[in-house]
Amino acid sequence: MGRADDSARFAEMALPHLDAAYNLARWLTRDPTDAADVVQEAMMRALRFFGGFRGGNGKSWLLAIVRNTAFDWMKINRPVEMQSSPSGGDDGFGGELENLASEADDPETTLIRALDRRQLDALIEALAPEFRECLVLRELEELSYKEIAAVTGVPIGTVMSRLARAREMMRRSWIKEEAR
Amino acid sequence: MIREANHQEIHGLLHAALDGELDTVDMMRFEAHLQDCPECASDNARLSAASAAIRAHATRHAAPDDLRAALMQSLGAPGTLNVVPINKFRRWLPPATTGFAVGAVLAASLAIMIDTRNSDDQVADSITAAHIRALQPGHLTDVQISDQHQVKPWFNGRIDFAPPVKEMRDQGFELVGGRLDYLQGHEAAVVVYKRKLHLIDLFVTRATPGARPGSASGGASSGYNVERWTDGGLDYAAVSDLNRDELMEFAKAWRGR
Repeated sequence: MGRADDSARFAEMALPHLDAAYNLARWLTRDPTDAADVVQEAMMRALRFFGGFRGGNGKSWLLAIVRNTAFDWMKINRPVEMQSSPSGGDDGFGGELENLASEADDPETTLIRALDRRQLDALIEALAPEFRECLVLRELEELSYKEIAAVTGVPIGTVMSRLARAREMMRRSWIKEEAR
Repeated sequence: MIREANHQEIHGLLHAALDGELDTVDMMRFEAHLQDCPECASDNARLSAASAAIRAHATRHAAPDDLRAALMQSLGAPGTLNVVPINKFRRWLPPATTGFAVGAVLAASLAIMIDTRNSDDQVADSITAAHIRALQPGHLTDVQISDQHQVKPWFNGRIDFAPPVKEMRDQGFELVGGRLDYLQGHEAAVVVYKRKLHLIDLFVTRATPGARPGSASGGASSGYNVERWTDGGLDYAAVSDLNRDELMEFAKAWRGR
């Protein structure tokens, strides 16, 4: 009886967030079929853990499970990719964050003029997973820093620095793309 | 010197300001500083433009329909799948693939956990879940037209029966459109109506064998009201946050015509 109620409550809570779950899995795995597998597995896990869910923010709770499932999946299926990304610190990419201003004459207008969905998606996909997930959760899912911290399991300060770095890397690689 | 310290500090707040994470006091300081610091102002403009560009142009991947359907089925259709203990399956698979390859199989066994309630409650719950899902932005209607002569043919070739689409403006229910959905693992035609701000989803599916023609029942699930009846070989279920009496009025008006 309790379990049946859980399932009904779970479907009601989880299904409205299915697009967000899939979007995150799709951006992390970078493949539609893998993303669907990850979401199915994550939903399974979520249902199993649902008894321990004490209300509150269902979206962050579910996305955290999707995120962890995706990372587990990548560790098994894409070990190389996971090794090449910075695991502990946030200094694995770029490294010249301070010189934010001095890159090009008027990069923001360049950015907007030349925007092309396919190229932009490719630039986001090129980010290491830790940075990619922060960017996607903030810009596409519009989560707050606190929610992103809950989903990714890192302190808010780390969310802030990863997000800042992700944006900076986007800007840099965009300028590089432009110069080609 | 003081201005320099202030600049460093404010420059560090650019992202938080953009993301709406500053409290009122810091936001005021931030905006005041932008007024007389060209560097911060220009970095702020650049950052806002980049963020806006990503929001506007990067892809938001929507869940594919077959994934949605598979999940709806696993969560809402008891008895349609073989009941197999999870542990048994895990033992059959090589360790490396456990976890992911089994995902689909495990999803199938979800059905076990749902099986213990009477089926009316289950149907009402899955109708309500589908209705709530449809209320999410962009999911509501596949065809958004209010003329029955446009909604009805839209279902042709999309579903293997012809759901009746009725004009009910005279009774105070406005036709909004239609969509395809899944209910308990079966395809359902949904005709969407509106009364004031309340949306009504009318789910139409092939009648389940053994249903008494003309029988009707009502109920509630998660604060939504549900009216169900069977007619002409089709099952109908109307779900809405409309109050009970008005939803019954809707059902009665539909059946009376």
